[in-house]
Amino acid sequence: MADAHPRHLLGVSDLTRDDAERILDTARALERSLDREMKKLPTLRGRLVVNLFYESSTRTLSSFELAAKRLSADTMVLRASGSSVDKGESLRDTALTLAAYDPDVIVIRHPHIGAPQLVAAATEAHVVNAGDGKHQHPTQALLDLHTIRNALGRLDGVTVAIVGDVLHSRVARSLVEALLLVGAEPVLIAPPTLLPRDVEALGATVSHSIDSLPDADVVYVLRMQAERMEASYVPSLREYTALYGVTPDRVRPGQVVMHPGPMNRGVEIDPRVADSGASLVTTQVRSGLVVRMAVLYDLLTAPGLHVASAPIMEVA
Amino acid sequence: MLVSRNGRADTLTVRARVIDPSGGLDEPASLTVEDGVITAIGAVATVPEGLVLAPAFVDPHVHLRTPGREDEETIASGTEAAAAGGYCAIVAMPNTEPVVDNASVLEALVEEAREHAVVPTGFTAAISKGQRGEELTEMAELAAAGAIAFTDDGRPVASAGLLRRALAYSAVADRPLALHCEEPTLSAGGQMHEGAVSAALGLAGWPSVAESLMVERDLSLAAYEARPVHLQHLSARASVDAVRRARAAGVRVSAEASPHHLCATDELVRTLDANVKMNPPLRTEDDRRALVAGLLDGTIDCVATDHAPHARHEKDVPFEEAPFGVTGLETAFGALNTFLVRTGEVPLATLLERLSAGPARALGLPVPRIAVGEPANLVLLDLEAEWTVREEAFRSRSANSWLLGRTLVGAIVKTVADGRVVFAS
Repeated sequence: MADAHPRHLLGVSDLTRDDAERILDTARALERSLDREMKKLPTLRGRLVVNLFYESSTRTLSSFELAAKRLSADTMVLRASGSSVDKGESLRDTALTLAAYDPDVIVIRHPHIGAPQLVAAATEAHVVNAGDGKHQHPTQALLDLHTIRNALGRLDGVTVAIVGDVLHSRVARSLVEALLLVGAEPVLIAPPTLLPRDVEALGATVSHSIDSLPDADVVYVLRMQAERMEASYVPSLREYTALYGVTPDRVRPGQVVMHPGPMNRGVEIDPRVADSGASLVTTQVRSGLVVRMAVLYDLLTAPGLHVASAPIMEVA
Repeated sequence: MLVSRNGRADTLTVRARVIDPSGGLDEPASLTVEDGVITAIGAVATVPEGLVLAPAFVDPHVHLRTPGREDEETIASGTEAAAAGGYCAIVAMPNTEPVVDNASVLEALVEEAREHAVVPTGFTAAISKGQRGEELTEMAELAAAGAIAFTDDGRPVASAGLLRRALAYSAVADRPLALHCEEPTLSAGGQMHEGAVSAALGLAGWPSVAESLMVERDLSLAAYEARPVHLQHLSARASVDAVRRARAAGVRVSAEASPHHLCATDELVRTLDANVKMNPPLRTEDDRRALVAGLLDGTIDCVATDHAPHARHEKDVPFEEAPFGVTGLETAFGALNTFLVRTGEVPLATLLERLSAGPARALGLPVPRIAVGEPANLVLLDLEAEWTVREEAFRSRSANSWLLGRTLVGAIVKTVADGRVVFAS
């Protein structure tokens, strides 16, 4: 029997390669359940999953909500905005309040790094990081791996070009780490101002030119936020798009294109690319659901903890 | 001007290895203090293992949080912490609420120190009103009221023009300026050192060049105005190099490094513990080694704790929401002995000099000496004593130490400040 599954998913570094592959295998098994007429599984019946969201996020929140519901868990959403310190109750106090309901899992999205660690330290619940500041977004990375594996049939040796604002992107940080974990090859393509200092430390190949794009199997486009111009990270969106926009002429036949959403059509990605057959954007959303189901399942069925009511294979 | 509460001078005899680096003294001896004055030092054959008697420490950089945040520190609690850390004198920073930028605030503090300070305490005043970096404070009046030096610590004097005027005018007040070197447009939003660790964590970077650029600017202005400057809490290799060059060129400059910058690196930030968040931030091993080299050759002539108490609830938040600063008075010697002396990086005598005579000279305070006829300013150290840093044991009202839970080797046994025993373990 495997050693303890990770107790929390705070970052990709909580996972071994075996952990990642087990979660992806579970996601694949769960994917089949989505095609059935009765989509709900009884696996996590009686469990409580709390979604604690300090940042607005339609996509991630709805994905976690539906994932928990499809596994028959009870769910609760708590929304808050801004810094917990300025607005009264501290994050620790909120976590302690929630802990009184004995949640099995707390999913947290927070604008600041380290919030998930704080909640993990303050409560007994399993904690899933649904994005903390510019730090980590591990379920996004796992759903991207799942999407790539489904599209290309493998992960080992796959080259993924990540294009855009790496500096401010938790998606890029998590994805690079996850790709390296499973033997894939991340390449970062961005202007120097949108790459962190000492970016080599992340372990990816780095390029300042979109000309290296055709070498990749996967083109992964990052969201470019308008406020980056105000701080002169780039002179204008117009120039950014001219130099780094993923346009049809820059995508080679056979490549697939991904984007974590929400897209700025016409900025980092040309609408013709976004809507083309090469685009996996909606597939990523579907992957998000099954991967988050798999993550919840994995955390709550770890050896040594209460085992869920039924193995998924029996109900699938 | 150093002030403390009144008390009776003590009489005591100590047998230990007696070290006074400034006087070239290092021998097993029996030292006698009568009515607060050293009256005899006699060589003896043997002394208890591990016990060292040295000039007590001087801290040029402490935040006492009074007035305004007495929940975090008071003059009484801060000076008790200083006594427990082996200090016979400390210098408080003026970034309080309100800022120490006029004589009435300063006079009230001096009065309070006369009532409550366990160890002699000096106060600095702000360079600019409200530390806003716009208009100079009334330096001459503040100096007459007891200001030891002028500083806008906590923030830089961003305007080169204002700093130039402050340097020139500080001659009238006859006090040095102590400068916090940070180029604000480069450090804006920075949470930690900009480098490999910040790249991995996604925390906004506070690059070392934001410090060294300001160090270069401030040294250029000090040279131009031919005025002394004291540079606070240096953290980066390029800053140490700049100070070394300036001093060789004749600029009168003294410089501090803190125990945390001398002992730790930005790798600690991977824990996301808000107690490793300070300004300037912990930097790389290369920077740390440069600071140690500076301490060895005297480029860094002072160890300064930058003791910065914060309420627990303000630090018990996600890293990015936490304020900058860590406490240090009670752990300084233990940390430096553990991480620098016992590892062989820094000789004990050098460390003792940088903890005492170095900072005293830098700020024009009396230099603690071990010699017959001198007032007793002594610290008795046990170099072998192991202890674990625990929140409950702090005299400080705050416990935001980067060393919580760590075991240190080297403890303070006794502190004598201005002839009085102010701490005994």
